[in-house]
Amino acid sequence: MIVGLFGVALVVAGLVWAVTGLHSFGAEHSRYGYYTAHRAVPQRQTTNSVVAVAFDYRAFDTLGEEFILFISVVGVVILLRGLRGEREERPEEELVPEQRRSSESERWLGVALIAPVTILAAYIVTHGQLTPGGGFQGGVILMGAIAFVFLGGEWLILLRLRRGARWAEIADAAGAAGFAMVGFGGLIGLGAFFANFIPSGTAGSLLSGGMIPLANLAVGVEVAGATLTVLSELLDQRLLSGR
Amino acid sequence: MSALLAVELTLVAAAGLVVVMIREPARQAVALGVFGLLLALLFFSVQAPDVALSEIVVGSVALPAMLFLAIAKIGAQGARAEERAREAEEERD
Amino acid sequence: MSVYPYLVAAWLLGIGLYGVISSRNYLHLIMCLTVVQASTYVLLLSVGYLNGAKAPIFADIKLGSRVTDPVVQALTLTDVVVEATVVALLLALVIQAHKRYRSLDPDEMVRMRD
Repeated sequence: MIVGLFGVALVVAGLVWAVTGLHSFGAEHSRYGYYTAHRAVPQRQTTNSVVAVAFDYRAFDTLGEEFILFISVVGVVILLRGLRGEREERPEEELVPEQRRSSESERWLGVALIAPVTILAAYIVTHGQLTPGGGFQGGVILMGAIAFVFLGGEWLILLRLRRGARWAEIADAAGAAGFAMVGFGGLIGLGAFFANFIPSGTAGSLLSGGMIPLANLAVGVEVAGATLTVLSELLDQRLLSGR
Repeated sequence: MSALLAVELTLVAAAGLVVVMIREPARQAVALGVFGLLLALLFFSVQAPDVALSEIVVGSVALPAMLFLAIAKIGAQGARAEERAREAEEERD
Repeated sequence: MSVYPYLVAAWLLGIGLYGVISSRNYLHLIMCLTVVQASTYVLLLSVGYLNGAKAPIFADIKLGSRVTDPVVQALTLTDVVVEATVVALLLALVIQAHKRYRSLDPDEMVRMRD
C-alpha cells in the first residue's frame, strides 16, 4: 500500500511537472485546430467543425473508437451470457409478473415519453453536421427511448415482434460495418480510405458534409445497439431477442 | 480565466474527491451522477457543447443505469448464493 | 492561476489512482477509474481553450471569429461514449468474478488464487 501511494505520488508529480510546461491556459491556439476550424465550412460545408473533424478529417480515429465499443460489447455478451447459461432457463410466463409490479404512473410516463425521446434522438443524429450533436450522443438517447419501453412495461410487445431476432446486436453490428463501409466508399470513389466521396451540398442544409450524415447514422445505430445489448445483458431478460 | 471557470474547476475537483471517498457502491453511483453533471457544466464553460452533450447523456443515462443494474445483479447473486448455502445446510441437518 | 485547470486534471488523476489502489470493493474501484477518465477530458479541453473564444460551431457566428480547438473536442467526444462501454465490460468482469469467488474484495481475491 505504501509502495502504491509512493507510485501515485510519483505519477502525479511527473504530471504536474509536465503541465507546467504547457502554454498558459487560454493563451495560444494550436495551428492544426485553427486551420481545421476555419477550413471545415468552406471545404466540407458543415457548420459543426467538431463533427467534421471526428467524422471526416479524423474518421479513421473514430473507426478505431467504434471498434473499441464493438469489442467491449462482445466481451460483455460473452461474459454475461455464458453466466446465464449455467442456470436453468426461466420460462417466459414468469416474466409477466414484472409488468404488474410497476406502478400506473410509471407505466404511463414511460409510454408517453417514448415518442418524444425517439424524435429527439433522430433530430440529434441527423443534425450532427449543423449543430452540436451527432451519432454518439443521439445513439445513447435512442437507447434511452427504448429503455422507456421497458420502463413502461410494454416490452412484451417487443418480445413477440420477432422470435429469434436479436435487434440490438444486429443494429450494433450493422452500425459498425456501416461506418467501415463509408470508409470503403471513399476508397472506391476517390482512391483514399475515408475520402469524402459524396458531394458536399450547401452549409446549413440537412444533407451537407458529404459522407458525414451517413457516418452519423451508422454511428448512431451502432451506439444505440451497443448500449441496448449491454443493458439487456445486465437486465438478464433478453430484452430484444425472442428466445 | 474567469471566476465562473475557477469556481467550476474547484467544484469538479471537490466532487471527484467525494466520489472517491464514498465507499458504498450505490451511494457512490449517485455521487458519480452529480460529478458527471458538474463536468458537463465545466465543458459548457470551456466552449465545448458537443462534449458537454456527450457527458450529460452518458453520465446521466448510460453510466448510472449500468452501474445500478450491476449493483442489483450482484446483490441478487449474493442473495441466491446465500439461499443455496442455507438449503445445503438444512439438507445436512 | 493560468495553470489551474491542468492542476485540477492532475489532482483528479491522483485522487482517482489513490481510490483505485486503496479500494476494497471492485465496484468502488471502477467508479474511481471513471474519475481518472474525467481527468483526461479536463486536460484535453483545457489545452484547446482560447480566451474570449466561442464554440467551433459556425451555425450562428461568422467565419473567421475566434473559436476553440475542434480537434481536442472531437477526441474527447468519442472518448466519453466509448469509455462508458469499457466500464460496462469491467462491470461484466466484476459480476463474473463475484459469481465465482463470492466476494468483491480485491485483496481477498488475490489470496484466494494462491
